[in-house]
Amino acid sequence: MSQPDFSHDGIRTARGTAFRYLFMLCALLSILTTVAIILTLLVDAVDFFAQVSLVDFLTGTRWSPTNEPIAFGVLPLISGTLVITIGSAMVALPIGLLTAIYLSEYASDRRRAYLKPALEVLAGVPTVVYGYFALVYVTPAIDAILPVDLSTFNALSASIMVGIMIIPMVSSISEDAMSAVPDSLRQASYGLGATKFTVSTSVVVPAALSGIFSSFILALSRAIGETMIVAIAAGQTPRMIDLTDPAGMFLDSIQPMTSAMVQIGTGDIVGQGPAYKSLFAVGLTLFVITFVMNLISELVASRYREVYR
Amino acid sequence: MTNEQMTSSETEPTDDQTAPTPGTDGLADTADSGGETTFDRTLLEARDLSVYYGEERALADVDIEIPEKQVTAVIGPSGCGKSTFLRCINRMNDLVDSARVEGELCFDGKNVYDDDVDPVALRRKIGMVFQSPNPFPKSIRDNVAYGLKVQGKQENVDEKVHTALERAALLDEVEDQLDSSGLDLSGGQQQRLCIARAIAPDPDVILMDEPASALDPVATSKIEDLIEDLAEEYTVVIVTHNMQQAARISDKTAVFLTGGELVEFDDTDKIFENPEHDRVEDYITGKFG
Repeated sequence: MSQPDFSHDGIRTARGTAFRYLFMLCALLSILTTVAIILTLLVDAVDFFAQVSLVDFLTGTRWSPTNEPIAFGVLPLISGTLVITIGSAMVALPIGLLTAIYLSEYASDRRRAYLKPALEVLAGVPTVVYGYFALVYVTPAIDAILPVDLSTFNALSASIMVGIMIIPMVSSISEDAMSAVPDSLRQASYGLGATKFTVSTSVVVPAALSGIFSSFILALSRAIGETMIVAIAAGQTPRMIDLTDPAGMFLDSIQPMTSAMVQIGTGDIVGQGPAYKSLFAVGLTLFVITFVMNLISELVASRYREVYR
Repeated sequence: MTNEQMTSSETEPTDDQTAPTPGTDGLADTADSGGETTFDRTLLEARDLSVYYGEERALADVDIEIPEKQVTAVIGPSGCGKSTFLRCINRMNDLVDSARVEGELCFDGKNVYDDDVDPVALRRKIGMVFQSPNPFPKSIRDNVAYGLKVQGKQENVDEKVHTALERAALLDEVEDQLDSSGLDLSGGQQQRLCIARAIAPDPDVILMDEPASALDPVATSKIEDLIEDLAEEYTVVIVTHNMQQAARISDKTAVFLTGGELVEFDDTDKIFENPEHDRVEDYITGKFG
């Protein structure tokens, strides 16, 4: 009797190996691209800092890359980004959180099944649409309703639209975190005579806090990196802001880091001078800020994850 | 009588004035009106109580009279509706979208399924302990004080927390760590913490849904001792799948069999020694279920 044949099949083995490397290549490709981008940023930024001192860049309060007197202080741009971040946070964090509470605790399964995807559509609207919406509808509307002196390009409508854009991020991630809170905790609370509101605020939200917090951070880093809306609607006036003067912050034109980069990148700056290279220095600053925020979000999420079994 | 207190609707922390001190009041009422037989007074009464989950009937025309300040055990095979019955008493079934209740369940004479009854107010008179320990991820103190806080009983919180922990036979073990997390305790301690949490607001009834099924034998026997003590002050209804446990700790036993049918309800001794129904005897002796 001959033994059964369990030997290797050359073609099958070769095909397995080929697929394995194909998949690995695809995974590597995205990592390599990221690394390449960071390297490019670094190399050009180093070039820039050979011509402009790092201290002047980080502490300067005037940004004027093309008009004399030339100045490369990044603080006005960071100010602009800060205004947009604060404004969009004031819109997105409360609305997003309350939406998440509604979806997780109040909405019936059926209603949640179509509300959540509908909300996520908001995240799929092209940002250029939000930008023109801010410029063409929101600004005139605010101007008509509020007795304030609003510039055509202003931080207010831009940050409202950025806020609306990031609501789904806050609500969706927060809702995931709340749905993950064990039902036994809700039952315990209901059993003690708590109302739905008390159950939501005293049990579910605290238990989901790490997820809620990381949704906030992720949404805000999205707001910091948002380009199109601010480039269209927020104006191009790099200026220092005064946190104690909200009207000054929001009613006038500003320039966040992202739209400064758009201006440099699409303007008629020629050659490899510091004005052009400043694009990469600002880009690197932006990258570091959002990277640190995402890192914080990861840390918070992993540190508090096991607390609720 | 106590009917009105259940119908008040909101969470406002005004309950302190309006809420009676349950137990003592109930006892006094009975003593005034009914004479000396306070011991067997019926506190909970189901009449033709049925529960459906969608089309499926989980409880079928249950009639039962549960006496005050005794331990009533509810036993039966899995899926017989015993937990469903327990959750009817404090209307926890309301939280299940597909659940529908028919018939009456009277608490001290008041049908808790009447339109004017707010389940939130009802649950404040009924403590509940669940199958696996479910302390909040808060400190031991905050866990026990939670019900007091929710119900607006803000006076002497520390004192009430201590009393509740003492009654739950947990105080000695946790007295010097009240601020540490309730989740740091062992499973048995966590379950006693949940019992302390349930009795802290001083309800009239305590419902227990297989409270020892997730615990080891030592922790189980501690819980059992505790349940017998609790019956001095509270009406205890306990669901258990452990017949020895029911025999050890209960005064009355209700046997549910398949289809959500209450087959027999009597003194525990009678049920275990000489049940009326053959089906119950088969179940008790392990021939069925």
